[in-house]
Amino acid sequence: MARPMVHAEGVRKHFGRLEVLKGIDLTVERGQVCCLLGPSGSGKSTFLRCINHLEKVDGGRLTVDGDLVGYRQSGNRLHELREAEVAERRREIGMVFQRFNLFPHMTALENVTEAPVRVAGVNRTDARQDALRLLERVGLADRADHYPAQLSGGQQQRVAIARALAMKPKLMLFDEPTSALDPELVGDVLDVMRDLAADGMTMVVVTHEIGFAREVGDTAVFMDEGVVVEAGHPRTVLVAPEQERTKAFLSKVL
Amino acid sequence: MPVTERPAAAAPARPDDLVAVPVRHWGQWTAAVVAVLGLIGLVGSLAKNPNLKWDVVGHYLFADLIFDGLFTTLWLTVAAMAVGLVLGTLVAVMRLSANPVLYGLSTGFVWLFRGTPLLVQILFWGYAAALYKHLMIGIPFTTVTFVEFDTNDLLPASVAALLALGLNEAAYASEIVRAGIQSVDPGQSEAAHSLGMKPALTMRRIVLPQAMRVIIPPMGNETINMLKTTAYVSVIAAHDLMSNIQDVYNQNYQIIPLLVVAALWYLALVTVLSVPQAWLERRYGRGTARAGHVSPLRRMLTGLPGLLPTTRERKG
Ligand SMILES: Nc1ncnc2c1ncn2[C@@H]1O[C@H](COP(=O)(O)OP(=O)(O)OP(=O)(O)O)[C@@H](O)[C@H]1O
Ligand SMILES: [Mg+2]
Repeated sequence: MARPMVHAEGVRKHFGRLEVLKGIDLTVERGQVCCLLGPSGSGKSTFLRCINHLEKVDGGRLTVDGDLVGYRQSGNRLHELREAEVAERRREIGMVFQRFNLFPHMTALENVTEAPVRVAGVNRTDARQDALRLLERVGLADRADHYPAQLSGGQQQRVAIARALAMKPKLMLFDEPTSALDPELVGDVLDVMRDLAADGMTMVVVTHEIGFAREVGDTAVFMDEGVVVEAGHPRTVLVAPEQERTKAFLSKVL
Repeated sequence: MPVTERPAAAAPARPDDLVAVPVRHWGQWTAAVVAVLGLIGLVGSLAKNPNLKWDVVGHYLFADLIFDGLFTTLWLTVAAMAVGLVLGTLVAVMRLSANPVLYGLSTGFVWLFRGTPLLVQILFWGYAAALYKHLMIGIPFTTVTFVEFDTNDLLPASVAALLALGLNEAAYASEIVRAGIQSVDPGQSEAAHSLGMKPALTMRRIVLPQAMRVIIPPMGNETINMLKTTAYVSVIAAHDLMSNIQDVYNQNYQIIPLLVVAALWYLALVTVLSVPQAWLERRYGRGTARAGHVSPLRRMLTGLPGLLPTTRERKG
């Protein structure tokens, strides 16, 4: 069997004395969509940020595509990665944020071409063509020359997805991509994500959209207070959960 | 309280017959007229005042000595600001770094150069030769020397002046740049990092361009200050505009007319400097909802309806 895209074993993380992740076990296979759910403060964002090393893991093992996050193995020694090597690994992992974080001083097109040109060394013309194709894919071909401030939240988030895809990642992380959006704009963003999943992209999605998790997710993981309470097929976890905590959470959000 | 609706019959006309009347700012008009009259009076009285000796002003306004001073003032200002901004940015980045060595060095630098009087720093660089007659590169505590310089050759007055002003400016500029960097949402760096951008590239392409919007106005202040601060370098016999003017009025006692010459030239320089500032503000204001920088004159005139067409928001 192919090695999993993301594999976590007893992952721990604390901020000062606050223990935020208390031993997370989780596996995401290649081409799968894993939806992370749970109450506020349960550590979903923290775990997601650990995957691309925006937060440093304090304990346990976390691998992406077989590579230990933050370390390079040679023989039986683990070398902590330098900034440049960390950056190298992050190229292959796309991330989409709750508050979009588009670069406000660049147009939509420039946002998408920035990393391919400056990081991957793609030439400008090719990067531009690629970017236009991606913007077309997220339905924003006509907004290429707009600055983020001239776009709606839903449009900004779709540009942010295009920006992440421009680096041709093997894994995409989404941290509540629709939570900051007006309800009527949520659909457009979820459509783009659904399309991406259908294309076979491996995705880890933190979301409160139970409907999306049920329909698109291959696995659903319910977290609470830094531990995985229940994980499995969305139709089990989100429709007929076994754990009391999951039931209580679902009855609140549904 | 119940909202009483106006009866439909009272509606004056169909909507397309309605004419929107903008608010009339009568007070603004009155103030403008009073101000203009006052200015005319002031200029008239200045022009007629014999104590100002406009013929002397005219005689010195374009004198060679003034141009020499002007040249020194200008290049010192530009060069010291360039040194200050580049070094200041470096120091700011070091101060924000997680590396304790870089942090310590940069904090010490700011502490020293902000904490001592500029005049002392200028004198120090000017008379460095008195402290170290020769500068050499070698192995400490041995007699091995690779190169050796005479300090006076290495540090003529102009270089000493530039060093003093530039290093001092760097200490102040670093705090302005640091505030600018810290004003940028940390989400911006995270987004850049998640795309695989390294810290230096993130700083250069993502953080600094956004910080510029906060950095430019106070750096404009610094530049104007520097223009006048260059006068200090007269203590080490570097001749800027103000010291040349002082030399002249110390000889001929035409103090007021020569101060008018100085004031006119400094005003002219500051006016010229506002052009690149406006340009920079517009360049780094790209993508913000507010329209770019509008020149002060245009702003004053557009405020008074009818004088100029109102400026529309720039399209992206
Ligand atoms: N940088 C930090 N420093 C200190 N505490 C932090 C930091 N980041 C997160 N925390 C804390 O860690 C806990 C988990 O935060 P996290 O953002 O992972 O929760 P979450 O499950 O994503 O919640 P939400 O649904 O509200 O986004 C919270 O108690 C939070 O206050
Ligand atoms: Mg979160």
